[in-house]
Amino acid sequence: MPLAWIGLLPFLLYALLFLLLPAGQVLVGAFQGLEGGFTLDNIRELFNEPYRTAFKNSIEVSLVTALVGGLLGFLIAYSAIRDGTPRWLRGTLTTFSGVAANFAGIPLAFAFIATLGTIGIVTQFMTDQLGINPYDHGFSLFSKTGVELTYLYFQIPLMILVISPAIDGLRREWREAAASLGASAWQFWWHVGIPILMPSLLGAMILLFGNSFAAYATAYGLTGGGVSLVPITIGYLLSGDVLDNPHLGQALAVGMFVVLAVMVLVYLPLQRRASRWAR
Amino acid sequence: MRRWIAPSAVVWLLIGAAYFLIPLVATLLFSLKGNQTGECCTLGNYGEILHDPQFWKNIKISFILALETIVISLVLLVPTVYWVNLKLPRLRPVIGFFALVPFVVPPIILVVGLLDFYQGSPRWFYAEPYGFLVAAYVILAFPYIYFALDAGFRAIDIHTLTEASQSLGAGWPTTLARVIVPNIKGAALAGALLTLAIVMGEYTIASLASFDTFPVYIQYVNQTKAYPAAALTLLSFGITWAAMVAIVFGLRGRGQAQVGGAH
Repeated sequence: MPLAWIGLLPFLLYALLFLLLPAGQVLVGAFQGLEGGFTLDNIRELFNEPYRTAFKNSIEVSLVTALVGGLLGFLIAYSAIRDGTPRWLRGTLTTFSGVAANFAGIPLAFAFIATLGTIGIVTQFMTDQLGINPYDHGFSLFSKTGVELTYLYFQIPLMILVISPAIDGLRREWREAAASLGASAWQFWWHVGIPILMPSLLGAMILLFGNSFAAYATAYGLTGGGVSLVPITIGYLLSGDVLDNPHLGQALAVGMFVVLAVMVLVYLPLQRRASRWAR
Repeated sequence: MRRWIAPSAVVWLLIGAAYFLIPLVATLLFSLKGNQTGECCTLGNYGEILHDPQFWKNIKISFILALETIVISLVLLVPTVYWVNLKLPRLRPVIGFFALVPFVVPPIILVVGLLDFYQGSPRWFYAEPYGFLVAAYVILAFPYIYFALDAGFRAIDIHTLTEASQSLGAGWPTTLARVIVPNIKGAALAGALLTLAIVMGEYTIASLASFDTFPVYIQYVNQTKAYPAAALTLLSFGITWAAMVAIVFGLRGRGQAQVGGAH
């Protein structure tokens, strides 16, 4: 059927108009000077302050939340799936993770402000009942640590959703075979469990990294732009208080795009490898 | 096989439960404090939000945006995914690749491109949320709707269904509307509800393109009225919760997993 591809035209046209062309515009604009014409100045500017710090912070926050979120998400998912845990717990956890992974942005930021802000419930409880005000001890919700703590609220559930199918793929026979050959639980994990799960774990953590790297609303709602992150900086340039170089926002976007594209390129082969053990 | 839950599993599940429930409980307690006094307990903050005409106005805008996004996405994608699975199975990876593009071009990048590219386009598109924002939201919803539909289509035998329908004399429109669509209703519903949750919560594009949607209203209240903001946060959580619970119950037993939204 040589003409069958015509059926794809409406979809391709839509993607072209509202995704590919605008994205292409960003890519082209990033390499344009103020009077038009090709230049690398905008890209070079990314390596100067304050943009260098924004990238450093964004990468740091994404790494921390991907590692911590990935580890905790895996441990919680495994705890819910392993033998002995009641079945209903698993269903509850999946539903709850679906909600929490989507409960992000402005409302999530405020939930944390109500909890750990300067007059938050937990802050007041700690001050009144335990005599420790965390804000007197260097903690602030409106800092990088605060952003990381808040991001984990959607990172951990995302990890649980993504990694659960891989944990399901760990067959009980493998564990029994290892046990009957005299392996301890640690030996099973070290020689069998972790190596089999490794591509899935890495792939899931890359997904988490990108999820956090691209997040704007949560950090904005939390700090109002007080913590310098790449998306926050782009938003600041876009809202246009400064009639600066309009191509700078595009260059920052291209910087983000490159980091995310590298992530996807690493992710795809890992995912293919991970699916090898899928039932 | 263990008969009882492992002690370490109890510890990790409790840690997880504490981390996820404490902010919700704290927000609930916060929302019950008196607006003037900061004392417990009153439902006044909920009343204040529910009596604010701006609340209803913005939630209505976001809800209409969500419906419009869902309709356009389904009209665009149901025939496309059907056609690809039926006639062009070799192109499935191509569409699957497109579904990954929004991951590399997140809302914050998409809005930079869209604002620039459509600057100077007609006002009915550029200055209207029902034009500009919906165009962007269809792109944001694309991966979720695509993966939901693709799973739905792979679970049914579209070749047999199509042949049966056509041998009885049905044309393409009849086949699609009366044979295919009823069979993928569950998958379409899952994608639609996820889209509803995403659009009702999308802040990045709406605020940077200066549109007054529900999340923009939430942020405005956050900055001006602390205690009513807590009430509003819980109401918004309720919307996400309702959408997700509807997905789970709508798809019970079909083994459908979905992944996070726009942050």
